[in-house]
Amino acid sequence: MAKITLIEGVTLALARAMEEDQSVVVLGEDVGVNGGVFRATAGLQQRFGDERVIDTPLAEVMIAGVSVGMASQGMKPVAEAQFCGFTMPMIDHIMCHAGRMRNRTRGRLSCPMVLRFPTGGGIHAPEHHSESPEALFAHMPGIRVVMPSSPSRAYGLLLAAIRDPDPVIYMEPKRIYRWQREDVEDDGEALPLDVCFTLRDGKDITLVTWGAMVKETLQAADQLEAKGISAEVIDVATLSPIDMDTIVESVARTGRCVIVQEAPKHCGVASEIAAHLADAGIWSLHAPVKRVCGYDTVMPLYRNEMKYMPSVRRILHAVNQVLEVS
Amino acid sequence: MARTVAAFKVDHFQFLGADGKLLDEQHVPAVARDFDRLTDLYRLMTLTRAFDKKAVALQRTGKLGTYASSLGHEAAHVSIGAAMQEEDCLAPMYREYGAQFYRGVKMSEVLLYWGGDERGNDFSGPRHDFAWCVPIATQCLHAAGAAMAYKLKNEARVAVSIVGDGGSSKGDFLEAINAASAWKLPLVLVIINNQWAISVPRSKQNSATTLAQKGIAGGLPSIQVDGNDLIACLWAMEKAVSAARAGKGAFVIEMLTYRLSDHTTADDARRYRPQEEVDEAWEQEPLKRLRSYLIDQGAWDDQREQELLSECSQFVQQAADEYMDLVQNKPQPLTAMFDYMYADLPHDLVEQRAYAEQFPEDGGHH
Ligand SMILES: Cc1ncc(C[n+]2csc(CCOP(=O)(O)OP(=O)(O)O)c2C)c(N)n1
Ligand SMILES: [Mg+2]
Repeated sequence: MAKITLIEGVTLALARAMEEDQSVVVLGEDVGVNGGVFRATAGLQQRFGDERVIDTPLAEVMIAGVSVGMASQGMKPVAEAQFCGFTMPMIDHIMCHAGRMRNRTRGRLSCPMVLRFPTGGGIHAPEHHSESPEALFAHMPGIRVVMPSSPSRAYGLLLAAIRDPDPVIYMEPKRIYRWQREDVEDDGEALPLDVCFTLRDGKDITLVTWGAMVKETLQAADQLEAKGISAEVIDVATLSPIDMDTIVESVARTGRCVIVQEAPKHCGVASEIAAHLADAGIWSLHAPVKRVCGYDTVMPLYRNEMKYMPSVRRILHAVNQVLEVS
Repeated sequence: MARTVAAFKVDHFQFLGADGKLLDEQHVPAVARDFDRLTDLYRLMTLTRAFDKKAVALQRTGKLGTYASSLGHEAAHVSIGAAMQEEDCLAPMYREYGAQFYRGVKMSEVLLYWGGDERGNDFSGPRHDFAWCVPIATQCLHAAGAAMAYKLKNEARVAVSIVGDGGSSKGDFLEAINAASAWKLPLVLVIINNQWAISVPRSKQNSATTLAQKGIAGGLPSIQVDGNDLIACLWAMEKAVSAARAGKGAFVIEMLTYRLSDHTTADDARRYRPQEEVDEAWEQEPLKRLRSYLIDQGAWDDQREQELLSECSQFVQQAADEYMDLVQNKPQPLTAMFDYMYADLPHDLVEQRAYAEQFPEDGGHH
């Protein structure tokens, strides 16, 4: 077993999937010789050749559309968009075709493709490299949206995404690409999609988050523990569909909930979870559900980006408000 | 029976050889004899290169974010700025500083942008120019739209957009050609073919012999020029801009050059391209050949070169100081991210801004 980072978990899962299934093909800009701008596909072209690890022309619409076509004809394309901001033109093919293929052909065709890309801010990247567009994708019928937050979940969830018979958007929180190392066994074991992961048990409050915000949320939980407050931390991991049962069950025990998301607040995934708690969790809540989010602004250029993103301080501020209600 | 219903050719133009000699003394555009103009442009090319070196140094010492170098593109970039009138509109990509400096953008403003400070995009020079455009090739359609606006408003103005060899693979670029062809727009599309799109070589974008022929396929007159030859670039740009201004429609110019630097400071080109290729490209670079030509013509000499170099290093140092002073001593407030979102900030953002102000210590820049 090797201690690897989140991004190495991605590489390991890609290699494993390509090894066991000849129909898996990786395609994207700079994924071949260069191994991806973050090195997520490093070494794969040397190992599997340039017909299975394809450096594409610079054209996102083409990458998405071609992936839809390949997927409907017996291949398993794992397409990469270089950065979150460049997925916008791909939405046409994801929304109008990938997510509808099975339904509109009454199951005759399907679209088992994966679109993976780095997401989120915090690495001092240029404009359009730091957005968190998960809610845009989560709003689309017919696709799954997944975001891992640890090396083992990166590995297990990507294997699951590739093996899934339907389209999966796999978003990689690049700020924590190299945050932690973890022992990950390359055993080909996928993790289940559509379930949350409880990262820490607690009884006083439930903190719900995903992606890179797991880092600040766990730090907040540590600080709360020092003050004698026990916070449960849930990594949602699959953002569409969401395993609401785990969240509702946790809130049934704690009675309080704060949801942390890096993306803008308005119509975000946090709002969906809060809405669900207002329905299925309402009788167990002792206090209002709070969301700590990015602002409803354009992601600022890097000098102000950390001011945009939820901080431990902002999480604790919301937790205190929620705990004050008796 | 078949008959040819369309055929095409692409002309390549070069006047100045890599050795600084004219390829054909008898056939040169007038600008080749305009030594005052050429020395001015040479000065700006030299300043652009000095700026580039400074910007890379700032990035390497942690004072600037990721920076896209213009090394090797100076003739192409400066020619674009030089061929335009102030009222024309530039829709650049992200590394054409030479064109922008000519139009009055300040070096400190370029540094602000790559230094992660919004104020860089509020640059000097023509206020109607578009900002840097990172989503590849999208700017081509904005330029087509600008050209459409000028046409509908009956203004004798031209929009110029710049795209890379990589960007020429995107629909946005091809759709801009198509729109310009359908509507006869006053648009000049410049493809700066520097042979690489990060790690992807030109040959992997497609198997067309030239990129200029994409314009021809869409119905636009299109040519290829040596992008390291300032005379050829300027001649082509002026021809295209004046035709567009005269209502003759759009033009595509492919400028062949070479990206002598890494893609950006975040890239390491040694991973994917051989040093010999870069060494060979240095033989073709644009400054040296123009300098030799000007020296041969008695329009330039060593002393002026030395004076220019020290002047340039002074200017770029001033720009760096100005930039550092702004980001260190007069930083944008935390609330800067709200202030330009709408003409009138909606109530929810007013609330969010007030909330944000409760966390002044957040997000210390590191
Ligand atoms: C739509 C989009 N996709 C991907 C990127 C990431 N990216 C930035 S520059 C670049 C290569 C551009 O190559 P080219 O068009 O040849 O311009 P050059 O950088 O060589 O000047 C890529 C892929 C981007 N900025 N925008
Ligand atoms: Mg290029």
